[in-house]
Amino acid sequence: MTRLAIAQIGLILVVFHGLLLAAAGMVWVERRLAAVLQQRLGPNRVGWAGLLQPFADVIKLMFKEELRPKAADAFLFGLAPIISAMCAFAAFAVVPFGGTTTLLGLIPEGFPLQVADVNVAILVVFAIASMSVYGIVLAGWSSNSKYALLGGLRSSAQMISYELSYGMALAAVLLIGNSLSLTDIVNRQAGAWLGFIPRWFIFLQPLGFFIFMTAGVAETNRAPFDFPEAEQELVAGYHTEYSSMSFAMFFLAEYVNMVTVSAVATDLFLGGWHGPLLPESLGWIWFLLKVGFLLFFYVWMRWTLPRYRYDQLMAFGWKVMLPLSVVNLLVTAAGVLYFGL
Amino acid sequence: MFYAFGAVAVVTSLLVIAQRNPIHSVLLLIASFGALSGLYVLLDAPFAAVIQIIVYAGAIMVLFLFVVMLLNAPHEETEFDERTHPLLRKGAMRLGALLAVVLITELIWALRKGGESGAFPSGSVTSVGAIGRSLFTEYAFPFEVTSILILVAMVGAVVLARKESH
Repeated sequence: MTRLAIAQIGLILVVFHGLLLAAAGMVWVERRLAAVLQQRLGPNRVGWAGLLQPFADVIKLMFKEELRPKAADAFLFGLAPIISAMCAFAAFAVVPFGGTTTLLGLIPEGFPLQVADVNVAILVVFAIASMSVYGIVLAGWSSNSKYALLGGLRSSAQMISYELSYGMALAAVLLIGNSLSLTDIVNRQAGAWLGFIPRWFIFLQPLGFFIFMTAGVAETNRAPFDFPEAEQELVAGYHTEYSSMSFAMFFLAEYVNMVTVSAVATDLFLGGWHGPLLPESLGWIWFLLKVGFLLFFYVWMRWTLPRYRYDQLMAFGWKVMLPLSVVNLLVTAAGVLYFGL
Repeated sequence: MFYAFGAVAVVTSLLVIAQRNPIHSVLLLIASFGALSGLYVLLDAPFAAVIQIIVYAGAIMVLFLFVVMLLNAPHEETEFDERTHPLLRKGAMRLGALLAVVLITELIWALRKGGESGAFPSGSVTSVGAIGRSLFTEYAFPFEVTSILILVAMVGAVVLARKESH
């Protein structure tokens, strides 16, 4: 094997385990931050400041009994968490998180910090996001339980409604970026206007960024859009009947999806790995910082905003988000056509 | 690779109509679309492949699944009355036979013709820009006609779904 091939296999392993670790880290961050926002301590016993708490949780989940309702559809019941987790990880494969690197000169030809450089990357992300709804819907249906079914139905309705605005916000970025490849889009955001404003697309597309993040939160079923698992009404929504590791897979998928949405938003709107001070080869540090901020924002929002009502969610999606995103797309198209941004 | 994807597509499509449970049919159809999109990738048309997943597997089939779940039809009715079922009347069966004959003729014609017309200009389907250009210049008329057809279907669906208000 050549050095390049070894490096690429290493990259895949790093990304996979990095995502697992990020999900575990997010669980800890979320619980600690929630505690801070609610003026209590949070988990602080296992390991330094409770850092080993997620691992204790995983071990606990692994030793729990795997239960399945008698009337459940056995095959689909087993398949649903696999689809969820698989879609969550697959989407990150096309997300670039750094420029071309030579690994301190080890690999002279250099390789990009991205698992698969697909020239329609942004559409691949969108396609996989639209597939991940099946995991939730099938979990809801195959459990043969009314709470799970209601959770699954709500989730599919919600994801269909918000996918439209999500796609429209993406299309507006495509117009400015003039490419479907995430690497090209990030590279167009290098440099600065007037010497100090970074050329990030968030300044050209503030509305697009707002729509993208709101739809992203709705797509990942996080508060304030977490209807599919509204505890007060639905027990736990689509994963009511799941236990042990199959529950853990839904949990994992939710957190990995958050990381993926944040990473895509960073690439599209926040200039990816471009930033001041650091050299190009250390750009991934900027990338991690930006993704970290967006993840913090997710948790912050969860413990600040109360959950909407279901009819409010639908009305907001169809009557506010969709018209806004269409207007945003039209204005962007006109801008690109007449000013050639 | 072509035969693997082709086999998956054909087998899953056949299984779709062999299922009693509509949810399983929907899922098999999704698998079939996935295999088709694999074929597009092999044809060097990644854009078509991804659009296939987004539009068919991601959007339309979710709606299908949604409707099946809402109607809550777990099993097809198997014991219908064999004499009064509308599809078993004489006229319907004759029409069906006629349609089958037409379809088979077309299929044979297409298979015999298929070998000759492989003249796709290379690179015409690989880049998004090229697809857009040919859609709005060369194929502008069929494109517009299709959009009018879809508009008519939409208006029709709204009219059918509207409740009579008194």
